Amino acid sequence: MIRILLFAQLKDQVGENKLLLDYQPLSVADLKKQMQDRYKFQTKDVMVAINEEYAADYDMIHDGDVVAMIPPVSGG
Amino acid sequence: MFDIVTTPISIDHVMKQVMHHNAGAVVTFVGTVREMTGEKQTLYLQYEAYESMARSMLSRIGKEIREKWPDTRVAIVHRIGRLEIGDVAVAIAVSSPHRQDAYEANRYAIEHIKKLVPIWKKEHWTDGKLWVGNQTETVSFKERGGVARL
Repeated sequence: MIRILLFAQLKDQVGENKLLLDYQPLSVADLKKQMQDRYKFQTKDVMVAINEEYAADYDMIHDGDVVAMIPPVSGG
Repeated sequence: MFDIVTTPISIDHVMKQVMHHNAGAVVTFVGTVREMTGEKQTLYLQYEAYESMARSMLSRIGKEIREKWPDTRVAIVHRIGRLEIGDVAVAIAVSSPHRQDAYEANRYAIEHIKKLVPIWKKEHWTDGKLWVGNQTETVSFKERGGVARL
């Protein structure tokens, strides 16, 4: 199982702050594409963190990972 | 001290975290909620964070600063939840033996927070609301009922 966390406008668009995905071998890029196809949000500017570490598009997601979809941040 | 809080920030408390006998300078940056951005009037802001990751990113920024400027001490506190005009959203204190390092290190902290730390602000304006898209506030994400005119 992969746990996906959503924040800010992504959370608003999907209507959930958390999604569960059955485990399948996939990269960060694959996940972004799946999310874009299913929820119609743009992932171009979205950063992805796996277990609280920023990940690159080619990084693989593993069973049990917590994956956060991080839209451009605006703290400060 | 690297923290995300939901209650008002005491700047004095943040400063005290970095003060010590061999510090000759303390530079404090305080980010506050601004009312007017050009023609747009902000009513209030709503901040949210990926709290656990935001805390660890803040402490990583602190670690990077201590590596770059070895004699500095750093404390960063960011507030989330609903903030009114004039409220303190973030306070960064850096101490060092001499002022130049503290100035540079403090600047480094705020610039990195704005790029990397997973915190978001939702602007509630007189004419709508939306999530601010990036640190330079040039990208926005239109929301139902909101008016995007950045």
